[in-house]
Amino acid sequence: MKLSKRARRSVIPGFGLSFGIMIAILSLVVLIPLCSLVVYTAQLSPSNFFRTITQPRVLSSYYVSISTAFVASLINAGMGLVLAWVLVRYNFPGKRFIDGIIELPFALPTAVAGISLTHLTTTNGWVGQFFYEHFGLKIAYTRVGITVALVFIGIPFVVRSVQPVLEKLDQQYEEAAMILGASRGTIFRRVIFPEILPALISGFTLAFARSIGEYGSVVFIAGNTPYETEIAPLMIMAQLQEFDYASATSIALVMLAIAFIILSVNAFLQSRVSKRVSGLA
Amino acid sequence: MQLRKDIGVLKWVLIILCVVFLAVMLLLPLVYIVITALREGIGTYLAAITDTYARKAALLTIEATVWAVVINTLFGLCAAWCLTKFAFRGKKILSTFIDLPVTVSPIIAGLIYVLTFGRQSPLYPILDQAGIQIIFAVPGIVLATIFVTFPFISRELIPVLSAQGTDEEEAAALMGAGTFTIFRKVTLPHIKWALLYGVVLCTARAMGEFGAVSVLSGHLRGKTNTLPLYVELLYQGYDFTGAFAASSLLVIMAIIILVLRCWLEHKGDKANDIR
Amino acid sequence: MKKWNHRIASLTLAAALGVSLLAGCGTQTEEPAEGSDTAAAGTIELTNVSYDPTRELYAAYNEAFAAHYKELTGQTVEVTQSHGGSGKQALEVANGLEADVVTLALEGDVQVVADAGLINEGFTSEFPLDSSPYTSTIVFLVRAGNPKDIQDWDDLLRDDVGIITPNPKTSGGARWNYLAAWYYFEQAGQSEDEILESIRTLYKNVVVLDSGARGATTSFVENGQGDVLIAWENEAFLSLEEYPGEYEIVVPSVSILCQPTVALVDEVAEKHGTVDAATEYLNYLYSDEAQVIEAENFYRPSTESIYSQYVSSSDSNTITEIPADGKWINDQVNLVDITHFGGWSEALAVHFADGANFDQIYEE
Repeated sequence: MKLSKRARRSVIPGFGLSFGIMIAILSLVVLIPLCSLVVYTAQLSPSNFFRTITQPRVLSSYYVSISTAFVASLINAGMGLVLAWVLVRYNFPGKRFIDGIIELPFALPTAVAGISLTHLTTTNGWVGQFFYEHFGLKIAYTRVGITVALVFIGIPFVVRSVQPVLEKLDQQYEEAAMILGASRGTIFRRVIFPEILPALISGFTLAFARSIGEYGSVVFIAGNTPYETEIAPLMIMAQLQEFDYASATSIALVMLAIAFIILSVNAFLQSRVSKRVSGLA
Repeated sequence: MQLRKDIGVLKWVLIILCVVFLAVMLLLPLVYIVITALREGIGTYLAAITDTYARKAALLTIEATVWAVVINTLFGLCAAWCLTKFAFRGKKILSTFIDLPVTVSPIIAGLIYVLTFGRQSPLYPILDQAGIQIIFAVPGIVLATIFVTFPFISRELIPVLSAQGTDEEEAAALMGAGTFTIFRKVTLPHIKWALLYGVVLCTARAMGEFGAVSVLSGHLRGKTNTLPLYVELLYQGYDFTGAFAASSLLVIMAIIILVLRCWLEHKGDKANDIR
Repeated sequence: MKKWNHRIASLTLAAALGVSLLAGCGTQTEEPAEGSDTAAAGTIELTNVSYDPTRELYAAYNEAFAAHYKELTGQTVEVTQSHGGSGKQALEVANGLEADVVTLALEGDVQVVADAGLINEGFTSEFPLDSSPYTSTIVFLVRAGNPKDIQDWDDLLRDDVGIITPNPKTSGGARWNYLAAWYYFEQAGQSEDEILESIRTLYKNVVVLDSGARGATTSFVENGQGDVLIAWENEAFLSLEEYPGEYEIVVPSVSILCQPTVALVDEVAEKHGTVDAATEYLNYLYSDEAQVIEAENFYRPSTESIYSQYVSSSDSNTITEIPADGKWINDQVNLVDITHFGGWSEALAVHFADGANFDQIYEE
């Protein structure tokens, strides 16, 4: 409160200039195009809009997208936490290398990733063959395959959110807890975990939101069977193929709303958690 | 003694878990790409990557990436400056809007530009009169690339700047320094490494964008095909060797960038330690 | 007051930045435009927006056409190709992708471009034979030796058969597949409900429903999915050529006559000043030289004399390799054309629109 008051009468110059440039670019790149999405959807009557976004096939595609994205992000949250932990707390040969390749999914085009993952996981691919023969599990062209692709693209989010927080974590508290006789499990649960929870949540939500909208890598591996492995972005493409802009934008708007809700929930959780943590401290 | 042994076991279990996970999820696809690219010998590989269309696609990819990095750097600096040094209403909603592009499906990203600048848009006649074509041309690709990498730089800068606070800038301003002097002399040294890291991330992501660009490009061979689109084109043309060879170009570019990142981080750490 | 002035100045600056950004985009596009200004100097640039399976065909044809046009007028022509799903390509042209000509998988897709006002009405009569210089059909591609003994459409209904076909919602080619199957069951004397039931069984057997024809071929050929691929005839022959000895083509007893449609995109060609070259580009598709190129790329030529040169003498419905004499056309198959379904707009409404027949077969 005190801070904001002081900053409002800030003596630092350059607010107008930087604010102007920011708003100009933001409007041109994000806001105006997003508005046109809303304008196009508005051409549809509310009942039509509602009917479009609740067609059984579309509903099932939301379900496929959200459920696979959720599972994938959970896996990423778990593995991301472990990865961040290992990278921060341990020293071992090849650590720098592992640290370096975390961002690979950002840099590798999603289509390339999708193609190679599909080739690897079909029933006659290197990995797929193993799982198919030993466990009877088909990966490519099922929801498992979609989840695999989403795990791939979501890896960096959690690791890169948690890692800096872990690095800054003061080890004094852990030492104090250890001296007081807490077990390692308890230390992690009571001392470390609350500190990294906000970062974990934010990494999870970012990965989750990104996964729901992913198209490039998933479309190759999904098999696209209606009601089974059809993802929501594919439904948008399908509507576009039928030259039905209004329906495509309606579905897009729903997905946009989902993304916005996820981000807002994240923002809300962040403020809650950080308040609680600072309150405790 | 007992405790330490436990920790040692746990440590190696966790490390092995990580290594296996990354090996299967990240490295295996890379290895697969390289092996397939070289399946028909090094000669075919070289021919595939020096093809005229492959070269043009690579150039276009670089062009779009440079544009995206320049504009996003400008935006990132302004946004970080505004959001951390000043308080104003609507700050939260603004930062949500800045983050939004990461979570918007690339398909939607492409779609919104088609809706805004396409033939059915009210803007189209004006643009057409002026002889400006945005979608299905290079500017559309550039816009889409900017969009998907939009928050990358600002997100790196904001935490650093907000941790640093406003005292130093205030002091400088009170002593009569101008905007750019303050920025250059006071702020920039603090954010140098975060900025470079953001630029690297932005570059990496910009090179690989597929979905949004695919909606906007029109796939004109040699004109609006970026490298990822060119990969898809070859793949669909049964030229798997060519497709994976072109992919390997992207992989190489990605690895260069990641190595650069590691190096930057290393230097950044050192600089911080000295301070 | 002073503060406000400052703010206004900043916003003006920001707006100027936005405009200059747009202008920057503008100057970039003017470069290719300058290229077309030099058209008078001898080089003409044409853009042909086509669909997926024609890549090889147009790669060969563009070379032949460039030579032909050079001879005819002394001018050099450079053709830029764009390939993708037929429906998507049509939509992009309608949205402002500057194509001088479109060569799409079906008339319905060209109609979309016409509806956007880019092509003058009556495009199907602008060029001979309903503006379709070559045709194709739908056949089955099976694995070598035909292990599942697939001979005709009714074999596709068996439990043990896994089918690969693209999604009719997203792929033009897949619509031909669907209609060909429909026609078979219709010929077998089934009522409409029975046909729908048969089609439903058929699509239950589909293992991978890819979004495009090329994706489906890849799933079948590269990734080893399914027992039979319902494919364009030329795609099937291309697979025989690329993977000799691994696949066989089975020609069903009935199929559909696919008539890809070509059209001049009047508005764009006029703007570019390329109407003459573009018209010649499409007309030349009917010449004997071009018809041979089409036949060599496994499209059925429309010129009778050339067509008959490629008709196979074999009676078998199975083709295990590309015939050494190059005579690959199976003339025995009974082909129905789209007029049987009342033309494209009706076929779309009855079968592929939201909630129409295709959607129903996936509902319980």
